[in-house]
Amino acid sequence: MTEIAVVGFAHSVEPKTSGATNGVELLVPLFQRLYADLGITKGDIGFWCSGSSDYLAGRAFSFISAIDAIGACPPIMESHVEADAAWALYEAWVKLRMGEVDTALVYGFGKSTAGELRRVLAMQLDPYTTAPLWPDATALAALQARLGIEAGLWTEKEMAEVAARSTRAEAAALLEASYVADPLREHDCAPYADGATAVVLAAGDRARELCDRPAWITGIAHRIDSPSLGARDLTRAPSARTAAEAAGTDSVEVAELHTPYTHQELVLRRELDLADGVRVNPAGGVLGGHAMFAAGLARIGEAARHIMSGAADRVLAHATNGPLLQQNLVCAMSASPSRSGPAR
Amino acid sequence: MAGLCREAIDRALADAGLDWPDIDAVVLGKAPDLFEGVMMPELMLADAIGATGKPLLRVHTAGSVGGSTGIVAASLVQAGVHDRVLAVAFEKQSESNAMWALSIPIPFQMPVGAGAGGYFAPHVRSYIRRSRAPAHIGAIVAAKDRRNGARNPYAHLKQADITVEKVQASRMLWDPIRYDETCPSSDGACAVVISAAPTSGPAAWIHATAMRTEPTTFAGRDQVNARAGAEAAQALWRDAGITDPLHQVDVAEIYVPFSWFEPMWLENLGFTPAGDGWRLTEAGETDIGGRLPVNPSGGVLSSNPIGASGLLRFAEAALQVRGRAGDHQVDGARTALGHAYGGGSQFFSLWLVGADKPGGAA
Repeated sequence: MTEIAVVGFAHSVEPKTSGATNGVELLVPLFQRLYADLGITKGDIGFWCSGSSDYLAGRAFSFISAIDAIGACPPIMESHVEADAAWALYEAWVKLRMGEVDTALVYGFGKSTAGELRRVLAMQLDPYTTAPLWPDATALAALQARLGIEAGLWTEKEMAEVAARSTRAEAAALLEASYVADPLREHDCAPYADGATAVVLAAGDRARELCDRPAWITGIAHRIDSPSLGARDLTRAPSARTAAEAAGTDSVEVAELHTPYTHQELVLRRELDLADGVRVNPAGGVLGGHAMFAAGLARIGEAARHIMSGAADRVLAHATNGPLLQQNLVCAMSASPSRSGPAR
Repeated sequence: MAGLCREAIDRALADAGLDWPDIDAVVLGKAPDLFEGVMMPELMLADAIGATGKPLLRVHTAGSVGGSTGIVAASLVQAGVHDRVLAVAFEKQSESNAMWALSIPIPFQMPVGAGAGGYFAPHVRSYIRRSRAPAHIGAIVAAKDRRNGARNPYAHLKQADITVEKVQASRMLWDPIRYDETCPSSDGACAVVISAAPTSGPAAWIHATAMRTEPTTFAGRDQVNARAGAEAAQALWRDAGITDPLHQVDVAEIYVPFSWFEPMWLENLGFTPAGDGWRLTEAGETDIGGRLPVNPSGGVLSSNPIGASGLLRFAEAALQVRGRAGDHQVDGARTALGHAYGGGSQFFSLWLVGADKPGGAA
């Protein structure tokens, strides 16, 4: 079995707008930083894979111009997913497992602030029955939060405590704010941000050459739930549970979770069976700024950084796509490549 | 959208003799989401395409996406992640006007303002000037592909009676591309099952795959004979052990949205030296029964559901080596090429399939 690790990570996230005009301006600084950190050039990368959305850019084929960030010649082996770039990392992981290449660079980018994203995301819903009602992303999340509260699964106070941990504010003070969409307050909703993420993956000895403590991927898996909001138990995310079971997440010390709303951390804690001692989003996760399509990949990068820095030996990262945690990816990483969960 | 995809998937599963529990994962490809006005439609299609509870990966690499979808699905099996993967690609062009999708004004960028035909016409003129090809080559390709389409029950356009003269008499759209030399705007879907082991009936063995990308514009870029396409082909031939493509490949399904791209891609793929592709076309060697039948299915010129078009090329190549192409079957086809390109001739995906297992008989 090919051993594959995260060996490099660069990320930018800027609430409000970055002022960058396009993906190229967001990506070039990250690529330069990674090349410098790892002592590599463009020519060392065997496979490139990206994640982004045309609906953020308001144009078709928005990922095409981002390729300008890589350079002109020679042609590259490259692919793209119209999803959070965590799924691009998954595609690159598959490519590395095939043994076709030994190094891959994965990137995600987006200008979430360019449009009214909260409203645009309604276009992810069923176009015949749901989208015409224009339920915006925050309104839907509020329905999910309300269902959990009424089922006795969590409280507004526990939601505020998630935010308080991220922002170092007092939960009690947060609860004095008025609602954005009952029962969500501003602190419950991750603000959209411009941003980009880049991660370098490498296999076997190549990973050991590039990094003193590679974050070895011991398991990575993703699943999707039904799009039918009325057919789902919205307080659950079964696809997150099955992805975690497939990836193998035993004895993790740190979990980086992609949670656009505070209550979604509470959903995921249960689905991922996280023990009380697991540190969740120690740097605040996406609640400080949600750079869509780059954020899930950034969770993988942040989790890997805990291993690369020596701060942890075993970590978990989670990424999500779609409304209300519909699609979920779980990536488990260890300081040792031999510590592996089930293969798929 | 759900119905389009499901119809193709049901037929693919029946053809493979498989049922839903046999499928480990689904890969869905399509071109820009703006074409149908649904953001990441794979999310809302998850139930219809049988992905709920399973891994679902969405690929988007411009016009080459159908091919890339097949390659990503194949790699999931080749990497040992899954045993059986369903690849689905679709486009429902009747929801919008895709011809102009390349020309949306974008802040801080020079607008193209030409539509797809206007964008590629200068490339064709440049090809004609370089290769000194006679003016009727494009019409020969168009008439041949439309006649082939009449043999394919799934083709959008069926014009059994079309002639070179009729094509030449059709309205000029983007000099030198005439109305009959242009692909239609189609609704359609394609589904392919990729398996680690044979299922029912004959298999098309995947001998090699290749993907290459280059930026749209840079100083010195050859847009007629793109380096990314040539290098993708070289890698494919190398990995499949092909030293003389024209002799060793029996049939090719090549992405030809505008007629002249047949000779252009024949050269880019290495079937002929640069400047000679049109000679193969003019001699009738790309007809069914010729040395290298190209697009016996009718190709993109007979049906263009954009996101599906690349996977259709790959699937038609597979049908040929499985001997299941019906009225457009090429006799004795053992080795077939599937080709797709996208963007401004900058994204390429290819696969080579054979009736025999790589390295030996089936």
